[in-house]
This record gives sequence, C-alpha cells and structure tokens, in this order.
Amino acid sequence: MATTILNLPDDELIHPGNRACAGCGLSIIYRIGLKAIGRDTILVVPPSCLTVMQGLYPIAATQLPCLNVTFASTAAAATGVVAALKAQGRENTKVVAWAGDGGTSDIGIQALSGACERGEDFLYICYDNEAYMNTGVQRSGTTPQGVLTTTTPVIGKLQKSKNVPAIMAAHGLNYIATASASYPLDLYDKIKKAMGMPGTKYMHVHTPCPSGWGFDPRYSVKIGKLAVETGIFDLYEIENGEFRLTGPSKKLTPSKLKPVTEYFDTQSRFRALKEDQIASIQAGIHEKWDNY
Amino acid sequence: MGQDNFGKMKSHSEPGPGDGGKTGSWRVKRPIIDLTVCIPAKSGKVACFACWMYCPDGVITRTIPPVIDYEYCKGCEICAEECPVNAIEMVEETQFADKEG
Amino acid sequence: MHVIESGNVAAATGVKLARTQVIAAYPITPQTPLTEKLSEFVSKGQMTAQYIPVESEHSALSVCIAASSTGSRTFTATSANGLLYMSEQVHWASGARLPIVMCVVNRGVGAPWTVWNDHQDSISQRDTGWIQMHACDHQQILDTVLKAFMVAEKVSIPVMVCYDGYLLSHSYMPFEIPKQEDVDRFLPSFSSDCKLDPEHPLNQNTVTLPDVRPDIHGNMSPGYMEIRHNLQQDLICSLDVVKEVEDRFKGIFNRGGSPFIESYLCEDAEYVAVCMGSLSYQLRDVVDQLRNDGQKVGVAGVRLYRPFPNQAVIDAFSGKKGLVIFEKGISYGNQGPLFTDITSALYQVEERPFAHNYILGIGGREIKTQDLLDTFRKSIQSGRKNEIKTEWIGLKL
Ligand SMILES: Cc1ncc(C[n+]2csc(CCOP(=O)(O)OP(=O)(O)O)c2C)c(N)n1
Ligand code: SF4
Ligand code: SF4
Ligand code: SF4
Ligand SMILES: [Mg+2]
Repeated sequence: MATTILNLPDDELIHPGNRACAGCGLSIIYRIGLKAIGRDTILVVPPSCLTVMQGLYPIAATQLPCLNVTFASTAAAATGVVAALKAQGRENTKVVAWAGDGGTSDIGIQALSGACERGEDFLYICYDNEAYMNTGVQRSGTTPQGVLTTTTPVIGKLQKSKNVPAIMAAHGLNYIATASASYPLDLYDKIKKAMGMPGTKYMHVHTPCPSGWGFDPRYSVKIGKLAVETGIFDLYEIENGEFRLTGPSKKLTPSKLKPVTEYFDTQSRFRALKEDQIASIQAGIHEKWDNY
Repeated sequence: MGQDNFGKMKSHSEPGPGDGGKTGSWRVKRPIIDLTVCIPAKSGKVACFACWMYCPDGVITRTIPPVIDYEYCKGCEICAEECPVNAIEMVEETQFADKEG
Repeated sequence: MHVIESGNVAAATGVKLARTQVIAAYPITPQTPLTEKLSEFVSKGQMTAQYIPVESEHSALSVCIAASSTGSRTFTATSANGLLYMSEQVHWASGARLPIVMCVVNRGVGAPWTVWNDHQDSISQRDTGWIQMHACDHQQILDTVLKAFMVAEKVSIPVMVCYDGYLLSHSYMPFEIPKQEDVDRFLPSFSSDCKLDPEHPLNQNTVTLPDVRPDIHGNMSPGYMEIRHNLQQDLICSLDVVKEVEDRFKGIFNRGGSPFIESYLCEDAEYVAVCMGSLSYQLRDVVDQLRNDGQKVGVAGVRLYRPFPNQAVIDAFSGKKGLVIFEKGISYGNQGPLFTDITSALYQVEERPFAHNYILGIGGREIKTQDLLDTFRKSIQSGRKNEIKTEWIGLKL
C-alpha cells in the first residue's frame, strides 16, 4: 500500500534551524527520506550542501549517527561501516550513503562502482541538484546541456548530462530507482523498499535548488513537478533488472508531455539556451519517450 | 597509560536544533494560515496537510489546526504555493515588526 | 613456533594474531604478498576478519577509517604510489583520531616508475600526524604490528609500520610466531567509547569553525585549532606510551629493546652511523670492520620516526664526536629529513657531535658495504668540515 500524507511517520529526524537555504529541495527529501530510513541507521555523507545542513561542530542537525567523509570516499566509507557492523554482529543497523551529484557522478564514481561491483549492503542516495552547489554552482557530470554555471558561463554547458542510474544499472544492482523532491511520498516508498532489500541499492533524486537554478524558493515543488511532466526527469524503478515507470511518470504518454520550455522558462540557469538547442532537447525527449 | 588521557578532542557533534541560529530571522514574509479556509481546521477532520509534508524545514505541525513555528520558519513560501485551497497568505514581516518590537 | 618466512608473511601473521576485524587493501609491489596472505587467512577461515578487496588505496583507507569509526580494529597496507594515492585519507585518519594500523612496505615513488626500495613514500607522509615505526627484521615486523595496535588504541592515533620493500618484504628469515593466548594477554580486544551507534547518535568530523563554540548544553567546545593542538600534544605524550608498550611486550614475550633507537656498539663509540630500517644491519658489518681497525664506532637505527624521540636522540648522541647519517629519502631542495631532525634535536646540546649526511639506495640502488665503509672512514677523517653539505653515495655520474 502506498504511503499517504496521513500515515507518514511523525518522527522528525532533522532539527529545524539548520543552514540549508529557504525552500531547499534537499531539505524536503532529507526530512522525508529520514522518516523512511529510521533511527537504526548510520549515515555516510561527503562534502556537499548536506554537510553544511548537517550542522557545524559541536551541533548536529541530524539525529542519526553520521560519518562525514572525504569527497571521493563515500561508497568506500559506507563499505567500511557495513563491514564493521558485520564484524561486530550489529547487522540490524542499516547503512545509508547520501551524496550530491558531484560526489556521485564525478569524484566518487570509482568508489561507488567498486562498492556496487562487490555488492556491498547499503543504500546509496544521490541527490541531484545538477551542479556543485556547495562550492558556488560549478558544472558537474549531471549538469544538463545548456545550463549556466560559474564554470560554464556565457554559453552554458556544452555536453549532455551523465546518466548515472544507467551506469548503476550496468553494475546489475538489485534495486535502482529515481525519485523527486516534488513527490515525497513516492520517494518515501522507494526508500522503504530499498531499505528492505539486500546488496547495494541506488537512488537518484531530482532535487530543485532555488539558489543554484535561479528561481524563487516558493516554486521548488512546482519546478520539480514540471521536470517530470515535461518528461525531462522520469520516475522509475529497476528491480532485479526489470525497468518500470512509476507514479506520475507511469501516467504520462508522449502526447501528454508538456513542452520543455515550460520547465526551462522557470529558471534563469537556462537563459542561454538557443532555439535550436531547445528543439534538439525536445526531440531527444520525444525519442526517449517513444522508446518507453 | 590508558585511553582516558588521549583523544579528548574530536569533532563529534551532538544533535540539537538551531545550529544555524533562529532561522525565523531570515524571513521577509510570514506565512499565516487562514483557519476559515484550511481544510482540517475548517472541517475538524484529519485531512490534507500538504503544507506539513512539503515544508522543507519541518516547522508546520500535522495537527488540527496546523501550527507554524515562526522561530525557525525560513519564509520560503512553499507551504503557501502548495496549499490546495490557498489558505496560507504571505504577510510582510514589517507588518509584525511594530507589535513585536 | 619458529618459522622461516618472508617479511610480508611476518606482517600478515601479526595482523592475524591481533584478531583484526576489518582489513581492506589494494595490491602494489612489494606489499602485494602481504595482502594475498591476509585474504588467504580469511578465505581459509584461519581468521574471522571482514576482508574487503577494494578498488583503490584511497578506498582501502576509507574502509578502515569508516570501520574504525564504527568501532572495529582495522588494518591496511600499501607501498609508494599507493600510499600517495591515499594521502588525503592518511591525514583524515589521524585528524579523526582513529587507531588504524597500516604497514608501509617502503618503496621509491614515481616518476619515473620504480618498484624498488627507498623511504621516500613514508617520509613524504611524515607530517600527517601518524605515528611512524620502522622495523629492521622479520621478528620486529611481526612484533611491531602487535605493539602498533596497542599504542594506536591507547592514544587514538594511527600507526604506520614501515619496513623495507624486497630487502625485508621478500627475503626469508627465521622468526618466532608468538602463541595466540600470549598475544590475547598482551592486546585486549578493541573498544571505542565514541563509535557510530544509533543509540548515541554523534555526527563525526563535522565542519569545525576557526573559533571555539558552545555545544547544546552550553559548554564551550574546541575550535579546529584546539583539536589539532590536541593531536600534537597527544603525539608527544605517546612517546611514553610507546615505551610502556615496549616494556609490557618484553614482560610477556621476553624480547625487544629500545623502541626509539636501536643501538649497536654505541656505548663507548665516538662516531655513530645513524639510519632507519634494514640498513642498520648492514652497517653493523661496517662497524665490525672499523672496530677491527681500532675505531670506536657504533650504529644507531632510529625505530620511531614520528613522534620524533628528541630526548632519546640527545641521550644517545650528546658527547659523541661525530654522527654519520645515512638516508634513503630526501626533502628535495634541502637535505635528508632524518639529518634535519637529528641535528635540530642536538641544536640545544652544548657539546654536539658533527653530523654528516649521505643519501643512498634511492630507487633500490645497491648499497655496497665497501661504499659505507669508505664513507664512514672519510667522515671520521674530515670531522667538522663538510658538515652541512648533503652528499649522495653510490651515484654513477
Ligand atoms: C577532494 C576534494 N575536492 C574538492 C572539494 C571541494 N568541494 C566540496 S563540496 C564540492 C561540490 C559538491 O557538489 P555536489 O556533490 O553536487 O553536492 P552539492 O554541493 O551540490 O550539494 C566540492 C567541489 C573537496 N571537499 N574535496
Ligand atoms: S544551494 Fe541549493 S541545495 Fe544547497 S542548500 Fe541552498 S537550495 Fe539547498
Ligand atoms: S495545505 Fe492548506 S489546507 Fe492543507 S493543511 Fe495546510 S493550510 Fe490547511
Ligand atoms: S514551507 Fe517555508 S514558509 Fe512555509 S512554514 Fe515551512 S519554512 Fe515557513
Ligand atoms: Mg550538486
């Protein structure tokens, strides 16, 4: 049974008064995600906006035990926590690595790939705000084509974004899912499901970032929804190799897709996009959807 | 000899609220729930609570009526934007400045 | 039990006897047989550790850091570029105050590629806040691994056990394998009072401010600088712990010596050759020959490089006429690091010996006993002259 707003757990595992920007998409998914993760869990977090949100010594915003680790080491560190718990017979305690897109798709991908290949027993959550936000909005491997960042100024990023879930799928994981900050219940159910499965699980969460994307914080949820409704970011699961669209993406059809400009127009980071670029992105989305 | 004298200083933080201070001070506008419009407040029934779910900072209660903790509410307006019946109005903080000093 | 085995097997045996719980390592010459031996111990059920065949050295130490933070006894090993590749984590492990033990099977660093021995790898990590111990033979390798765990866990500082690649790692020598029950008596199981635990959720290694800041109870907590100062203080104090652990080891196993400087015929010596690692054994032959010629000479092998045993250096060398310091590493642009450390320790001594510095054996260049003999003689003759200049020996220019 799908979770509803009314039966989401009450327990708040992140304290208010943390340093995340107002309207931060990461704050939404972290708050709801921790409800799914539960207290008997050890978190592993590399440098990112989440590090700052976690709190500055000696105060922690998160109520779970958490290991802050170096940028490239997230999945290896999660491996180490799992190994130690096993060595001590504390296997009931679960391990969740929670990293940004830079920490996942760029500097941390070696350790992540190694852990996936070994099948280490933890859930890895990548929150994708599509740039290095913590250091002031530089391009990452998942920054979409055309986006303005401080290292892709003037004309925007030339390359397309990396498809990280597909890279994870190539490792043959038991469970891979995408989710979005705008659909917290879907996120909650997927994390719950992942937490109950053995081996390495990967979740990729689209995470609107008002500060880095250039929009008014009030629209964080709206914009995340638009990404799904335009077919730019799709919600799906790959369970034991079986791909299926889920939730709002399942209800979409190529003819129901909103034009991508509806999404692009909401954010200043897309303002350098040219007509032909938009047309080619739109064509790419239709091609993707025709193949679903 | 013994562990007691060594490793006394480690960057190990304890959970607690307000690491970033009273983030209510970030607010430019304050969300005010109109209890005559808010679904659970009006009907007295457990319903809706979209604002509670989407609030990034978890400062709205899932109670009848929902209550906002202004000490920490950052004023992002997501609650107002996502309320299905537009029960939340954003009011300029300057309006409250006089009364609260 | 006595066996004749390689230095790498001696190290692996120590790791097994220490009942290490989590091992992560990545192969690199000349450390590889040590890693292989450990995976064999685990696969055959001869030890119950979690063995993680990671995809890089950075990850090897990451696994150890995380497992140690979760309260397990952990071990890794590497050499040369492997150590350099994990350097970020080397600093992290000591900053986080984790009692990890790592064997560094000393090898020269690239470029160009070399797989042969010198000390540049561990020397380059000298300032990371780790304890660095050097072993000179197979028995010392095994014993030092056991002592390293004890010291690390008492002072919450990681320890590198360094030994020479090939010269020790791949050579076969007899050594004694202690009984498990004796090791258990020596080394209690590891317990940490601040491990990652949902019952007592702590957020470890959080961003720490330049200044002090009150905690949630209103008590003032240290800033970054206090935390780093504490590491330095504890490193200095760990000198006493290293000594105590050595004595305790001797009490149970009836072997060992000075954990700081291992001296050979130094008591009445006027001139002392100083070095680290297996070279000290080769220098014993040199000293024997010079003694035959009537020279009062000795050898001092520095066994603890960090924290540097300044007082032991002063005690050992003040009153000597001269020191001849042989090194397999260099601080490029300056001089041999051991030379720097020793001369700086002796700066405050009124009657300080002259000190000469020789760099040798870089990238596995053969160290000829005759060269050592000639150099030692030359140094004794030249005395105070030549003091500052660092010379390379065995060069073929
Ligand atoms: C080895 C290393 N290189 C660079 C950095 C600087 N750095 C810290 S966070 C960050 C970007 C993080 O980006 P991402 O993972 O996408 O998380 P976000 O900040 O967007 O939440 C960078 C480059 C670092 N901490 N460590
Ligand atoms: S920069 Fe973006 S992701 Fe980071 S805290 Fe601010 S809104 Fe959140
Ligand atoms: S979202 Fe609006 S209607 Fe729903 S509980 Fe909140 S204020 Fe009331
Ligand atoms: S959603 Fe934003 S404005 Fe509304 S209560 Fe939460 S923090 Fe305040
Ligand atoms: Mg990012």
